Amino acid sequence: MSAPITRTQASVRRHLEATLLPPIVALVVAMVVGDVLILSYGQSPSTVYRLLIDGTWGNSYGFGQVIYKATTLSCTGLAFALAARAGLFNVGAEGQLAMGGFAAALAGLALPAGTPALVAIPLCAIAAMMAGAATGALPGVLRARFGASEVIVTIMLNFVVLALLNYIITAHLHVPETLHTPEMQAGTVARFADSFESFHGSAANWTLIASIVATAAVWYFLFRSKGGYELRAVGLQPDAAEYGGVSVSGVILRAMMWSGAIAGLGGINFVQGYKGYYEEGFAAGSGFLGIAVALVGRNHPIGIIFAALLFATLSQGGLAVNALVPKQLVDILQAVVILAVATAVPEVQRQMRVAAAALVRTAAARKAAS
Amino acid sequence: MNALGFLLQTIRIAVPYLLAAAGGVMSERIGIIALGLEGLMLSGAFGAALGSYYGGSAWFGLLGAIVAGLLITGILAVATLRFKANQVVVGVAINLLVVGATRFYLRLAFDSASNSPRVPGFGGEGGGMFASFRNPIVYVGLVALPLLAWLLYRTAFGLRVRAVGEKPEAAATLGISVTRIRVQGLMLSGVLAALGGAYLALDQHQFTDGMTAGRGFIALAAVIFGRWEPVRVGIACLLFAAAETLQIQLQGAQLVPSQFVEMIPYVLTIIALAGVVGRSVPPAALGKAE
Repeated sequence: MSAPITRTQASVRRHLEATLLPPIVALVVAMVVGDVLILSYGQSPSTVYRLLIDGTWGNSYGFGQVIYKATTLSCTGLAFALAARAGLFNVGAEGQLAMGGFAAALAGLALPAGTPALVAIPLCAIAAMMAGAATGALPGVLRARFGASEVIVTIMLNFVVLALLNYIITAHLHVPETLHTPEMQAGTVARFADSFESFHGSAANWTLIASIVATAAVWYFLFRSKGGYELRAVGLQPDAAEYGGVSVSGVILRAMMWSGAIAGLGGINFVQGYKGYYEEGFAAGSGFLGIAVALVGRNHPIGIIFAALLFATLSQGGLAVNALVPKQLVDILQAVVILAVATAVPEVQRQMRVAAAALVRTAAARKAAS
Repeated sequence: MNALGFLLQTIRIAVPYLLAAAGGVMSERIGIIALGLEGLMLSGAFGAALGSYYGGSAWFGLLGAIVAGLLITGILAVATLRFKANQVVVGVAINLLVVGATRFYLRLAFDSASNSPRVPGFGGEGGGMFASFRNPIVYVGLVALPLLAWLLYRTAFGLRVRAVGEKPEAAATLGISVTRIRVQGLMLSGVLAALGGAYLALDQHQFTDGMTAGRGFIALAAVIFGRWEPVRVGIACLLFAAAETLQIQLQGAQLVPSQFVEMIPYVLTIIALAGVVGRSVPPAALGKAE
C-alpha cells in the first residue's frame, strides 16, 4: 500500500499543527468573548472591531503607537521565551525591564553631553542589558545552586526591585514634583516623528532596531548555535543533557542572565527613545504581557514578533475604541487569550496523541486482517 | 501608641494575609501553585462590594465574595485540572483577568474608572479601630490557619489532601479520587482567599481598583516562608503585619524608609528559598497536575 505523503512530511505537518493551532484557537475564543462583552455594553461588535483596526493600523499615529508598544513587548516576550526554552519560568521581566530602563537613564546622565551618538546610544543600551542580567542572575544562581523555584524568586524580586527603585527615585534622584529622573543629555534615540511628519505625536522610535536585532540574535542562538542547542536540551530533558556532558547549572545561570538582559533591553524604548528619562511605572504590565506574547508566539522568535504586534494592537486599540467600549475590555481579552492558549497547548497535544493512537490501532487491525 | 493598640492594628492588617495564606496553603498542599491568590482576593473584594451594594447589607457582601471566589476558582480548576494548562501561566492570567473584569464592570455599572459607591460594612457607619472588630471575618481569619492545621493533620480528608499533594499516583492506587480532592481543596482555597479580599472591601466600605495591592503575593510569600505548614505560615503573616504596623507607627520618625519595610516579606522569602533558614521543600507534586 503506497502512502500519499512521506513520513517526514507528515511529522512536519503535525509539528506545525501542534504549534499553530493553539494560538488560532485562542484568538477565536477571545473574539467570541469580546463579542459577548461588546454586546453587553450595547455596542455592535463589527463597529468596534472596525474602529479598533482603524485606530491602530489605519493611521500613522496609531501604527506608530503599535510599533512602540510592540518593541517593548517583543523584548519581554523574547526574555520569557529564552528562559522557557531552558525549562525556566522568568516571571521577573517587570523588574528586569525597570532596572534596565533605570540603568540606561543613569548611563545617559553620567555621559557628558557632547558624547557622539554612535558611542552613547550603545553604551546606554549595554548598561540596560547588564542591569537586567544582574537582576536575572540572582534567581539563576538560587535555582542553579539551591534548586530554589525561579518562579517564586523572580516574582518576589519584582517587588523588591520596584520598591528599591521607588526609594532611589523619591529619595534622591527625581525632578521635583515628578517621579522621573532628569533628562539625559547623551544617548537619546530619535523618534520616527522627527523624520516622518505623519508619525507626529507617537512614541515610535529607532530603538525598534535594537529589538529586531535581539529577535534575530535569539533566533540564531537558539536554532543555529551550540549554546542554543544545549539550552534547548536542558529545557527538554535535563538529565539527558547532563549525561551528554552539558553543565546544566551553567546553562540555567546563563539562560536567566541573558533572559534578564533582553528584558532590560526592553527598557531603552521608553528611556532612550521616547522621554529621555526614567519614570516610575513607565512600562507597567509589559513584563507580564511578555509572558502572554511568548505563549502565543509559542516561544519562537518569529511567533513572538506576530504576538507582540497582536498584543500591541489590542493595547492601542483599546484606547481607540474607548469612546464606545471601556478600554478595560482589552485587559479582559488579553487575559482570555492567555488562558485560551495555556489550555489549548496541552489539549491540542492530547488530541493529537489520541488521533495518532487511533491511527496506529486501525493500521495494526488492517495488517492483522490481511 | 500602646501595646494593645499595636496588637489590634497588627491583627487588622494581618487578617487578609491570614485568610489568603490559608487559601494558599490549601491550594499548594493539593499540588496547585497558588499564584492566583491576588486575583482571588480581588474578586472576593469585588463580590463583597457588589453583594453589599445590591443586597443592602454586609452579609450579602459575604455571600457575594464567596460566589466570586468560587467563580474564579472554577476557571482555575477547569484550566489546570481538566485542560492541564501550566499553573504559573494560569495564575498570572487569573490575576490579569480579575483586574480587567473588575475595572470593566466598574465602568459598566457605576460609570467610574476606579471605585464603587460606598457600601454597607459590618461596623455600622462609624469607622476606626473597634468598628473593624465587629466584622466577623476577623474571627474567621484568626481561626483559619489553626483550623487548617487541625484539618490537615488530624482528619482523614487532610491525610488525603497531603497524599494527593505528595504522590497522587499512590493516592490513586488507594482508591482516592485525586480529582475530587483537588476540586474540593481548590474551592476551599478560593473561598478563603476571597474572604480575605472581602474583609478589605467591607472594612473600607467600598471597592477600589486594585485594592488588594499585592497582598496576595505577600500571602504567597508567607506560605513559602512558613514552609507550607499552617501554624508557621500564620506566624509569618503576623510577622509581616507587625512590620507593616511598625512602619506606620514610625512614619514620622523616618528611621527606615517605608520602601525597605515593604520589601521585608519578599526578601525573607528569597532568603528562605536559598535554604539559609533550613530546607524549603514544597509538596512533591506541586505544579504537576497530570
